[in-house]
Amino acid sequence: MSLSGVEKVAPDGAGPVGEPEVTSTERKAFVGRSPGQLAWARLRRDRTAMVSGGVLVLMMVLALAAPLISKLYGVGPNEQFQELLDGNGMPLGYVGGITGDHWFGLEPRLGRDIFIRMVYGMRTSLFIAFAAALVTTTIGVVAGIVAGFLGGIVDTVISWITDVALALPFLIFALAVVPTVALRFYGPREEVPAWFQVTVLIGIFAAFGWTSTARLVRGQVISLREREFVEAARASGAGLGHMLFRQLLPNLWAPILVAFSLAVPQYITGEAALSFLGIGILEPTADFGRMIFQSIPYLQTDPAYVFFPGITIFALVLAFNLFGDALRDALDPKSSR
Amino acid sequence: MTRFLVRRLLTAVLTLFAVSVLSFLMFFGLPRDPVSGMCPKNCNAERLERVREELGLRDPLVEQYANYMKGIVVGRDLGSSQGGRCDAPCLGYSYVNSEAVTDTLTRVLPVTLSIVIPAAILWLVLGVGLGMVSALRRGTVLDRLAIGFSLTGASLQLYFVGAVLLLIFTYNLRITPVPGYTPLFEDPVKWASGLVLAWFSLAFLFSAIYARLSRAQMLETLSEDFVRTARAKGLAKRKVYGRHALRAAITPVVTIAGLDVGSALGGTVITETTFGIQGLGRTAVDAVRAGDLPTIMATVLISAVFIVVANIVVDILYATIDPRVRLR
Repeated sequence: MSLSGVEKVAPDGAGPVGEPEVTSTERKAFVGRSPGQLAWARLRRDRTAMVSGGVLVLMMVLALAAPLISKLYGVGPNEQFQELLDGNGMPLGYVGGITGDHWFGLEPRLGRDIFIRMVYGMRTSLFIAFAAALVTTTIGVVAGIVAGFLGGIVDTVISWITDVALALPFLIFALAVVPTVALRFYGPREEVPAWFQVTVLIGIFAAFGWTSTARLVRGQVISLREREFVEAARASGAGLGHMLFRQLLPNLWAPILVAFSLAVPQYITGEAALSFLGIGILEPTADFGRMIFQSIPYLQTDPAYVFFPGITIFALVLAFNLFGDALRDALDPKSSR
Repeated sequence: MTRFLVRRLLTAVLTLFAVSVLSFLMFFGLPRDPVSGMCPKNCNAERLERVREELGLRDPLVEQYANYMKGIVVGRDLGSSQGGRCDAPCLGYSYVNSEAVTDTLTRVLPVTLSIVIPAAILWLVLGVGLGMVSALRRGTVLDRLAIGFSLTGASLQLYFVGAVLLLIFTYNLRITPVPGYTPLFEDPVKWASGLVLAWFSLAFLFSAIYARLSRAQMLETLSEDFVRTARAKGLAKRKVYGRHALRAAITPVVTIAGLDVGSALGGTVITETTFGIQGLGRTAVDAVRAGDLPTIMATVLISAVFIVVANIVVDILYATIDPRVRLR
């Protein structure tokens, strides 16, 4: 808003779009490849990207196929195996009750199967994270592109709204809003359906999460809008919509993709933080964040219960972060990798 | 510079105004009866009515808001059950805590400050240091270790790290006492030992972001012409990296740091909950749970003030660090 230098910096350190045209002409001597193909080739060569991408695909397939896996595995997500627990509610056997039937053991007290709860929990968490990232990125891109291109009063207003959204404490608001919204639509004794909890969570992420993308995109657009191709489009009488979404947007895909891929893990951990405060997805719906939080009191007595979900969510978020970084390197022609 | 400051302050005030209106509408305009949370025990209809009267909840929302703001600026008279005269900055009276909200804040604010400020110093030094080292020793084992460390931190949850640290250092090794807050000037050693786990878990998670960011920035700066020129004219490596390059590379780090510190000062909810320390964040959470409106309002406003002020400080620091930035 006030310092051009500040705004140009991507909040997550994403590099500038660079100039795809230049790279392609450089390479044209050999083969004519589009910037997208180049980025893909670079990504293919990156071992970290391939491994983390593989992990992500595997986890997504697992999550999507949750009911199928449940059928093959022979255990439902809410099935309880009380007979396999001892008098204190701790799973019998070694390492949290791992057996051929229960690969990751059983939950203490309720005796549900940890593996299948994790698969279902991943489905909930990934869905929320992806949906939230999609919504926030869309809002952020539109707000940022409009603010950056139009400038003037529009820019001032949008930037100011961004500032306000940034100044609101997210957790306190979430804590206040989530239960009241549920109370408004469902009575105090009615059960709130899972899809409703999911929608509220996505909504609250959307209300607070779009600001960083908006800032990032705005900064990029400000540096792009003075370029010749924009001027050329304007001279040939292009309308505003054409300028924004046909001329500018294609030049912004790289930072947007990176921001998106780094936003997903943020929402996975964000959702976990919310369930830590008791406002995430409620029982009996399986949810990753809540699982971790519920397991922590058993750190000493049943470490396996903490270990399996903890390691998996760690691997998931780590894979997303690694992949996001690799994507950034691949999409940025200036990167020296 | 003066013009810039004035304009920046004006927008800041406008932002705070919007935040206060928004939170006022959200919390006071909520469908749930705000009074029910304010007299938790033995509430009869008559007492409820009196509370409602004293809080002025019957007045139109605009008037309530104006009264609240007036209290902050010049103070106002509250009912006798609310402690009577309340001097500026008056943030109201909490029935749940049975004290003026300002008193609650003066009690819990030092706690959050004691958590955040040392942790922020730790995470900045650690993060920027790691980022610098891995950028200068790019591709070596050291670089990989630093990246691994930072990616691990970025992929963990605070309550997870906190719980593990607590288990190891407090319950198994018994090196650190059970976390708690002792005022710094009463007993500095006890102050530090009660908070050290919170500092380190915060620093571990946060330094990750800084290490990645400052590594990327440093790499970009190192490839710039002025660095080569500085080296070519015979300047010592340490001077080039430590002074010229770092100065240019650190500016985005400052931006993020300002925002992070600002929002952390508004309450490190998760940290305070994990370690059972009653700071601003924990107070806000308790207030929301109890429906304690005056305290909620106050905590939201305070954290907004921190963020807005941090933003301004960042802008000024920016111009001081990077001579290329001109404030206008």
